[in-house]
Amino acid sequence: MTRDEIKDVILEIIEEIDEEADFDNLDADAPLRDQLDLDSMDFLDIVMELRKRYQLQIPEDEYPELATLTSCVNYLEPKLKDA
Amino acid sequence: MNTALKKELLPRYDVVVIGSGLGGLTCANRLAKAGHSVLLLEHHFQLGGLATWFKRGGHIFDVSLHGFPYGMVKTCKKYWGKAIRDAIVPLPNIVFNNPQFKLTTTFSKEDFIRIIQEKFHIAEQTVVEFFKTVDSMNFYDDQSMTTRELFEQFFPGRSDVHRLLMEPITYANGSTLDEPAITYGIVFSNFMNKGVFTFEGGTDKLISLMTTELENNGVTIVTRALVERVAIEQGKVKGVFVNGEFIEAGAVVSNAGITNTVDKLAGRDQFKESFLEQFDRVEVSNSSCQVYFGLRKGETIAEIGDLIFSSSAPEFSAAEMRRMDTSSRTFSVYYPKTRPEHPDYTIVASMNADYDDWAELDDNQYQQAKQEMIERCIHDLERYLPGIREKIDTVESATPRTFHRYTLHTRGTSFGTKFEGLDISRSLHKEIPGLFHVGSVGIIMSGWLGAINYGVIVANDVDGFLHS
Repeated sequence: MTRDEIKDVILEIIEEIDEEADFDNLDADAPLRDQLDLDSMDFLDIVMELRKRYQLQIPEDEYPELATLTSCVNYLEPKLKDA
Repeated sequence: MNTALKKELLPRYDVVVIGSGLGGLTCANRLAKAGHSVLLLEHHFQLGGLATWFKRGGHIFDVSLHGFPYGMVKTCKKYWGKAIRDAIVPLPNIVFNNPQFKLTTTFSKEDFIRIIQEKFHIAEQTVVEFFKTVDSMNFYDDQSMTTRELFEQFFPGRSDVHRLLMEPITYANGSTLDEPAITYGIVFSNFMNKGVFTFEGGTDKLISLMTTELENNGVTIVTRALVERVAIEQGKVKGVFVNGEFIEAGAVVSNAGITNTVDKLAGRDQFKESFLEQFDRVEVSNSSCQVYFGLRKGETIAEIGDLIFSSSAPEFSAAEMRRMDTSSRTFSVYYPKTRPEHPDYTIVASMNADYDDWAELDDNQYQQAKQEMIERCIHDLERYLPGIREKIDTVESATPRTFHRYTLHTRGTSFGTKFEGLDISRSLHKEIPGLFHVGSVGIIMSGWLGAINYGVIVANDVDGFLHS
């Protein structure tokens, strides 16, 4: 997957969690938590959905890698390069 | 839903969930949605665990539908769907009545900040600082500070403020002033959001909607199915023995109490000494007593509030609240709006209680103790609703023995365990691969919202395990 494709996947998963999420003014380098009002349960949902779609195992101590959209893409790029 | 075993069942499931409390139900639902085959086994004839109800004298009585935090709206929408979310409605009138103060509140943060300033004359800055402190508490923070110390720091010597802040939480989860302050902060700030909410249609409607959702997602549900033990071979989970039958499973999620899970379902001999030492320090929380009143059809009562925290004790005391003759109780008042399709008036008095006080009574003493408890509740209720005695056509009561009989929980605990139980619950699968626990533990993972969210957290662990 390309970086853009990974970004789209993340946004799609967040939209499934919260259909009212507003991506218009999203700063890719700022925490998703603050901008989209996500809580720790929402991040768990993202982890579970990535596992369902790509059999991707994200260990609990690496959850902070999902903090911003850019950090998500950086973290997932090598893991999803063949997806 | 099956009530008979065999025939319809497969020889193997990806996951077997033992018990159908809100944590077990949610975990089963999440795992089925993630594509696993799931078998849900419940020993009782009804699903829901303590999220339950019963019918008596033409009334439906809710056991634990007292009110939950706003967080249930988002949680239910995400994990149970819109139909369940849309039935969540506010309970606007929360009443405190005790020798120190009488007040009515929406139980929202805004209203509490106002009340603590106007009625208790505490400086705005102190109140704001207090809320900032509790809002920022996390379960992994330092646990050495107790709730008592937290209150003394912000409101020294103000037992009235302590009572306002603590009494509802003691009713909600059995905690005392001597628990870690973080357990208080996390639960209190969950409630201190937009107020207290309930489920329109009652507990029976909620569980019925959840059952439909589970069946739509392919969960096989069997009631009256008592799991005797979890089959463990060479330190790994193999399945369960239920009503004498073996069913193979890739993973087993126990929604039994954590103490039942280790002591009875798995068996102590399956665990290392170091784990058992830690486990033996787990303290189960207290149990409850309840008295249920149904009003004769055609009778009405005034609006006296949705949830009343009533006490004649001079100050807050968790010990007084657990006494058999306590004067501290909540009245959950269910008006016709609770079940618009079956309008009725019911009132449920709830008290904290110690299992030991009730366990040793002989039959006569037990019946007499129940009768006295009922009498104390009616007498108390007359203060709010003069003449109520003549309007009541149905009375029922429950004690720690009743809670023990229906949940099988150690010492009839209605709130799971104190804080140490959380670590044991979370580390169970590290001791025995494939064995998971979900249920009320650690104070913070209890109540309807805590149980559902914990079900989601454990489902993620199980899903990760099954994919590894």
